[in-house]
Amino acid sequence: MTARVGVVTFPGSLDDGDAARAVRIAGAEPVRLWHGDPDLRGVDAVVLPGGFSYGDYLRCGAIARFAPVMETLVDAARGGLPVLGICNGFQILCEAHLLPGALTRNQHLHFRNRDQVLRIEAAGTAWTNAFQAGQEILIPVKNGEGCYVADAATLDQLEAEGRVVARYVGGNPNGSQRDIAAITNPAGNVVGIMPHPEHAVEALTGPSLDGLGFFTSVLKHLVGAPA
Amino acid sequence: MPRVVVDVMLKPEILDPQGQAVANALPRLGVSDVASVRIGRRIEIDFTGEPDLDRAREIADKLLANPVIEDFTVRLVETDETAGAHP
Repeated sequence: MTARVGVVTFPGSLDDGDAARAVRIAGAEPVRLWHGDPDLRGVDAVVLPGGFSYGDYLRCGAIARFAPVMETLVDAARGGLPVLGICNGFQILCEAHLLPGALTRNQHLHFRNRDQVLRIEAAGTAWTNAFQAGQEILIPVKNGEGCYVADAATLDQLEAEGRVVARYVGGNPNGSQRDIAAITNPAGNVVGIMPHPEHAVEALTGPSLDGLGFFTSVLKHLVGAPA
Repeated sequence: MPRVVVDVMLKPEILDPQGQAVANALPRLGVSDVASVRIGRRIEIDFTGEPDLDRAREIADKLLANPVIEDFTVRLVETDETAGAHP
């Protein structure tokens, strides 16, 4: 049976279309979910896409966190549902306290938009098991508020527990502490990533096909997961 | 009716690039005696009834501030002291 992967659209989401396409190219069925509807429609995994949910008013992700869909999603994620937050989705996961730390204004204040090399540090998560630890990949990064910050104890804990999923290589685009580009929760089912794997799934539009691994990973994870 | 004012500031250990950018612009105004600038956010809340500081604190903790990176203070001011009263 084809896995069904939900993609949530918030007011101001931009990359929901690309995320749904990436899900389809990976071989799953994308299911569009709506911010105002708490029904997850029985999906096997969820992607929170990039964009500027609710205009990013107050703080990025702060208002999206209280959307009806998030109430059910937070419980489901705590119960093991694989959730990938990309860019604004990462910000929402931090605001919802599914992931520690916060994403703040890029240190140099400039919006950064370029192809970025990342090193996969944790290949055991639901969203990165198609990679090898230490593997370098190239995917686009585009953010104004992508600077990952957390207190030193939290950063040490993330490192000690192997929860830094990916780091920036060849230049940190936003000042993120310890070059962190992606992290996961202790169970490894919730991953937040600042760069955009969904923009690197086709030769025509992406700098590589490296982003596809995130979406094929979750399919592999679902096959292995107990029903 | 008094108004509740919530001030939200980045924690001291969190870098404030906006404040730094402003501080770096001050010499262009001929200002050379400012050591640092930090930028926060002021939020004014009017309750329908009596102002409730505990409710305001809860609102601030859950939504207005992100306690991971920000501190906040909550206080009452008379409405004629606030910016909104001087259109």
